[in-house]
Amino acid sequence: MEFIFFITSGLFLGWSLGANDAANIFGTAVGTRMVRFRTAAIIGSIFVILGAILQGSGTTNTLSQLGSIDALGGAFTAALCSAIVVTLMTWKKLPVSTGQAIVGAIIGWSFFTSTPVDYSVLTTIVGSWVTGPILGAIFSALLYLLMRRFIRKASIHVIKLDIYIRLALVVTGAFGAYSLGANNIANVMGVFVNSVSLTIHFGEFSFNTIQLLFFLGGISVALGIATYSKKVMETVGNGVLSLTPETAIVVVLSQALVLFLFSSTSLYNFLTGIGLPPIPLVPVSSTQVVVGALIGIGFVRGVQEIRFEMLGNIALGWLLTPLLSGVLTFITLFFMQNVFNVAVSGHERMTDGPALTHEIGNIIHLPANTDRLLTILAIGIILLSALVILLNYRKNKMKLAAQDKKLAEQIQYTDYQKALSEIEMHNIKMENTSLAEHLEEKRKELVTFALNIGEMKQFLESLCDSIKEADKEQNLQKKHDLLHSEVIRIKLKMSFAHEVEHIYKQAEQIHSDFVSRLTLRFPELTEHEKRLMVLLRNGFSSKEISPILNISPKSVEISRYRLRKKLNLQKEDNLTQFINAI
Amino acid sequence: MFARANKSIELINKFLNCVDQSLLLFKDGVKNYLYRDQGNFASNLQSLANSELESDVLRREIENTLYTQSLMPQLRGDIMRLLEEMDNLIDQAKKNLFQFDVEMPNIPAELIPDLLKLTQISTSAAESVIPAAKSYFSEPANVSEKIHRVYFFEKETDLLADVIRRKIFREMPELKLSEKFHLRYFTLHIENISDIAEKVADLLTIMAIKRTV
Repeated sequence: MEFIFFITSGLFLGWSLGANDAANIFGTAVGTRMVRFRTAAIIGSIFVILGAILQGSGTTNTLSQLGSIDALGGAFTAALCSAIVVTLMTWKKLPVSTGQAIVGAIIGWSFFTSTPVDYSVLTTIVGSWVTGPILGAIFSALLYLLMRRFIRKASIHVIKLDIYIRLALVVTGAFGAYSLGANNIANVMGVFVNSVSLTIHFGEFSFNTIQLLFFLGGISVALGIATYSKKVMETVGNGVLSLTPETAIVVVLSQALVLFLFSSTSLYNFLTGIGLPPIPLVPVSSTQVVVGALIGIGFVRGVQEIRFEMLGNIALGWLLTPLLSGVLTFITLFFMQNVFNVAVSGHERMTDGPALTHEIGNIIHLPANTDRLLTILAIGIILLSALVILLNYRKNKMKLAAQDKKLAEQIQYTDYQKALSEIEMHNIKMENTSLAEHLEEKRKELVTFALNIGEMKQFLESLCDSIKEADKEQNLQKKHDLLHSEVIRIKLKMSFAHEVEHIYKQAEQIHSDFVSRLTLRFPELTEHEKRLMVLLRNGFSSKEISPILNISPKSVEISRYRLRKKLNLQKEDNLTQFINAI
Repeated sequence: MFARANKSIELINKFLNCVDQSLLLFKDGVKNYLYRDQGNFASNLQSLANSELESDVLRREIENTLYTQSLMPQLRGDIMRLLEEMDNLIDQAKKNLFQFDVEMPNIPAELIPDLLKLTQISTSAAESVIPAAKSYFSEPANVSEKIHRVYFFEKETDLLADVIRRKIFREMPELKLSEKFHLRYFTLHIENISDIAEKVADLLTIMAIKRTV
């Protein structure tokens, strides 16, 4: 019972970790509604527990080496003070790390109990606080470049891309949750592993202290995700760390990779095995790695996009969190020991189990202090060089891009001119076609006119001959008859048959297929009536129509009246409007 | 999930084709009116009205699919706005052609080439929006270079419309004032097409920036 009470502070810390850090993994996905919260919570919970159980031992061992808290009271106080500092820093909106808080608490406990602090381990841990975000920045910059190149080259339709992004968010989220469980379980349960020794049997299976603590810690983180992270995710998704889903994939993947590297015992043993400097197994702040990843993306997108105050916040977190946590633990331990009479140091262990540090320590062999400093220095130099190369590459790329842009603008300008010229040409062609039609019309008119002149000349010559003949005629009656027949010929000629025909043809051309439509609709109309309608459609008045049809204006009026009757028009109907509507 | 995505893509492509077709019909309709080809003009008008109906149906179907299938929660608002603005292009084209049909403006022969050119440049601005919109869906980085064409044609439309209006009011004393006003309104109607295209281009620019990774 006492064990359960004391462990509650660790579970509270786990709950707080789940509530806050799950937002780094699924915040954008849930905030932007790409992934439902239920899906995110289920996946997050399962993979956090898996990560904690399968890969949580490495970081726990490092924390145990820093300061082995060997009493439940001490472990309880350390976890509780860390949780308070984390809550306080979160409230102040600083990128806080549970790991930094717990390290501060362990050092506070070490000072209080006068236990010597392993400074080589402390150097490794502090070094990882710096390298963690830097590695996050490098990973995110590289992943961002890769993803950007892929998306631009692949030309995937936005709707299909949306589906791929959803799937990627779920997969990277699962990986992120696994890495979070593996790396950060030490913050939650690391302080308890040396203060208690328990073995529980379930039939054939038996669970030792580490397995039990990690399982409980994993469940507390999962509970944090399930119960409280929704609010944080929605805030993160739409607020301070608002990202596009594409960027979120890069950030989550970078964070997961960094946390994975800092917690993989297999990788540690492999690198040590082949004689390379290993990556230390240290709990790293997922929030600070996320900030590092964002800065990395900022570098790729342009330095102006980087919010440098974030760097200041990280540095402030590095100093404030362990300091506050250490001081608070020191003061609280004093009260725990002297006011509540709770054992906070190693002499009052609850059971007589063997020290677990040695169990885990057998798996991993940490290098000496000097080697470690050199390793950190080497990593720092490599990272700095990578950054310089990246910036140089970017500068050159921007220079080339500016040249390309200028060239593209010139090409574009030529294209515009070409497009305008095409429009111009098209118009000229249309104008030419219209002019050609007009010319053809005029040519026909000219031919008709020439023919008319010829015909008229012939007519006048024959008229002249006939008059001469009549003049020679002695018989008066015959002379009169001859002259009368010539008068009739002249009158007939005055009907201007050709010209009228020409007018009809012109009218037909202007109102193409009007006569055919007229015939189709009113088959009973006579040729004379159709002609009258064509002339009316062309806007001729009765006065103008009369000489064309060679009838009097009165006859035109009568024809119009008959036409109205034939077309069944009422008194109020307008004949011209009716004809125009056909 | 992919089948639904394919259906939405198909609908969007159909909608964009519908816009393209409507612009062609508008251009042809104005040409037929100017050259007094009543038969073809009436047919253009009818086809444009059908096209407008079809585009409305397609737009609603796309909206339903995007919202009911929860596709692109971050982008669907923007995409629907884009489709609405593009639909306005069709609406404006139809409205313009109907105005030609109802009001039957008397267009002097010397203005025909100018009005024809104005129609072509204005619709060119609108036509240039379509490849830019297509590019937004697959290659957002290329949107800006395609958008430039829209701005260029819009500017040219404004200049030409101005020239036509000056010509109407200063160089055509034979026209009545009412006829001048009438012609001025018709240049404005045609110009409106490129103005809407410019609005779509502005929207697309912002959308492309949002999407650029």
